[in-house]
Amino acid sequence: MTHVTQAPLGMSPATLVPTQPVTLHINGQDRTLHIAPWTTLLDALREYLDLTGTKKGCDHGQCGACTVLVDGKHINSCLSLAVMQEGSEIQTIEGLGTEESLSPLQQAFIDHDAFQCGYCTPGQICSAQGLINEGKARTEAEVRELMSGNLCRCGAYSNILSAVMEVIEGQKPGAEGKIVMPEKEWSAGAAHQQMPPVAPPKK
Amino acid sequence: MNSFTFTQAAAVDAAVREKASHEGAAYIGGGTNLVDLMKENVARPTHLIGLKKLGLDTIENTPDGGLRLGALATNADTAYHPEVISRYPLLNQAILAGASPQLRNMATDGGNLMQRTRCYYFYDLATPCNKREPGTGCSAIGGYNRVCGILGTSDSCIATHPSDMCVALAALDTTVRVSGPNGERTIKFEDFHRLPGDHPERDNTLEPGELITGLDLPAKGFAQHFSYLKLRDRTSYAFALVSVAAALELDGNTIKDARLALGGVAHKAWRDKAAEALLVGQPATADTFRRVAAKVLENAKGYGENTFKIELAKRAIVRALKQATEMKATVDTNAYFQPSAFNS
Repeated sequence: MTHVTQAPLGMSPATLVPTQPVTLHINGQDRTLHIAPWTTLLDALREYLDLTGTKKGCDHGQCGACTVLVDGKHINSCLSLAVMQEGSEIQTIEGLGTEESLSPLQQAFIDHDAFQCGYCTPGQICSAQGLINEGKARTEAEVRELMSGNLCRCGAYSNILSAVMEVIEGQKPGAEGKIVMPEKEWSAGAAHQQMPPVAPPKK
Repeated sequence: MNSFTFTQAAAVDAAVREKASHEGAAYIGGGTNLVDLMKENVARPTHLIGLKKLGLDTIENTPDGGLRLGALATNADTAYHPEVISRYPLLNQAILAGASPQLRNMATDGGNLMQRTRCYYFYDLATPCNKREPGTGCSAIGGYNRVCGILGTSDSCIATHPSDMCVALAALDTTVRVSGPNGERTIKFEDFHRLPGDHPERDNTLEPGELITGLDLPAKGFAQHFSYLKLRDRTSYAFALVSVAAALELDGNTIKDARLALGGVAHKAWRDKAAEALLVGQPATADTFRRVAAKVLENAKGYGENTFKIELAKRAIVRALKQATEMKATVDTNAYFQPSAFNS
């Protein structure tokens, strides 16, 4: 007897694992998934929703690359199961700004050259956004302490700190809600434009 | 991760019933430790019972002047709660000394009590560990045991309980409220976690199926004189090598009441009531503190790599009590410990 294991056209293949439906409210949209219960929120975002801005670093809650905002608070999406987040308001880096209209933190990270490889950046920005939402980080020392759950292998910490501080300072009373951007010369992009092209070494 | 099923429980009694009807089921709060243990294959539940819909996330004053922390309140919401900041600042400091902001935003107060040790061998499936696989032996004894315990250890296990929050909860005389198949009961905090003895696989005294529903803090919060001193290998986001929760009630320079508990040194938050009794009636001086510190560590046992913790703990006790007395540099969670200072 021959068993046909191929799924009927237009239907999902038969699956060995029990899936269950979960509706996630992500970046303002309801997305319903049928996933195995052991799918982490991080894997749901990256593998099922193509929201690959959120990064998988250590997958154990130690590096912070997977940080997203859930109900306005920053969490490690690698340590949360997607099925636990039914009904939660989830915001990823894709929901914080667009290419045309960057969020103040995104712009500040560019202006302060707050990254090299960029892998930790979405998590850094989501953490900083969470801190700003909470209003707990006001001084440099507080930002350093409260960003300690985000590792940066490239060691861009000092520029990350100045980027975050700029946005926090811009929101303080007296700053009139304005984000004070640094002079353009300060940014790496501008600096590169002023540098002469590198000549090949002469023999 | 192994295959499992998941349901979101709608009420405490339903959660307790569901736990009883599924062999191998586990409750899941924030998941910060359990999901990690499942990824490592150390925990292999067949069914998870979500607790998010139970409520139990409020923080409320109790009629006796205390404060009730719902078991599902997050560590962050607890630390930053106005009543905790003003009346139990020791608890605020201990919580903020632990983990990272992301983890504190997820982790629940009940879950903080239920987290497992971070002993390296507990996580390493390739090595024997009596806590993970009873009867296989303890790899930490004679192994890499820098993070392990010096008080209340046994020949079976020298693991420590990793919590900072629990050290403050122990010092503050907290009561744990639980619900189970046989109804509700309360457990004194000092009786909640157990010492390893011959059964290190059991971290606490919960009966099968019991669920933590809340933590009751008594009225006395020691908000005038307190210190949570945490010493660790890096200045943030690391587990304690030694931590000390110290709380004093002073009449002039005389100690009227005292609380003293240590973290990072035992299978549970190590509260020493005999040491507290030694403090009462004494002047709040370095001499008193040194005498008490010696008493606390009198029966301590080092295992080689972690032997430095005995002297470190003595000095940390003196310093924390001094900080509590003077209320200077109380926020000392960034103390940086260099082991070479104790090797000579």
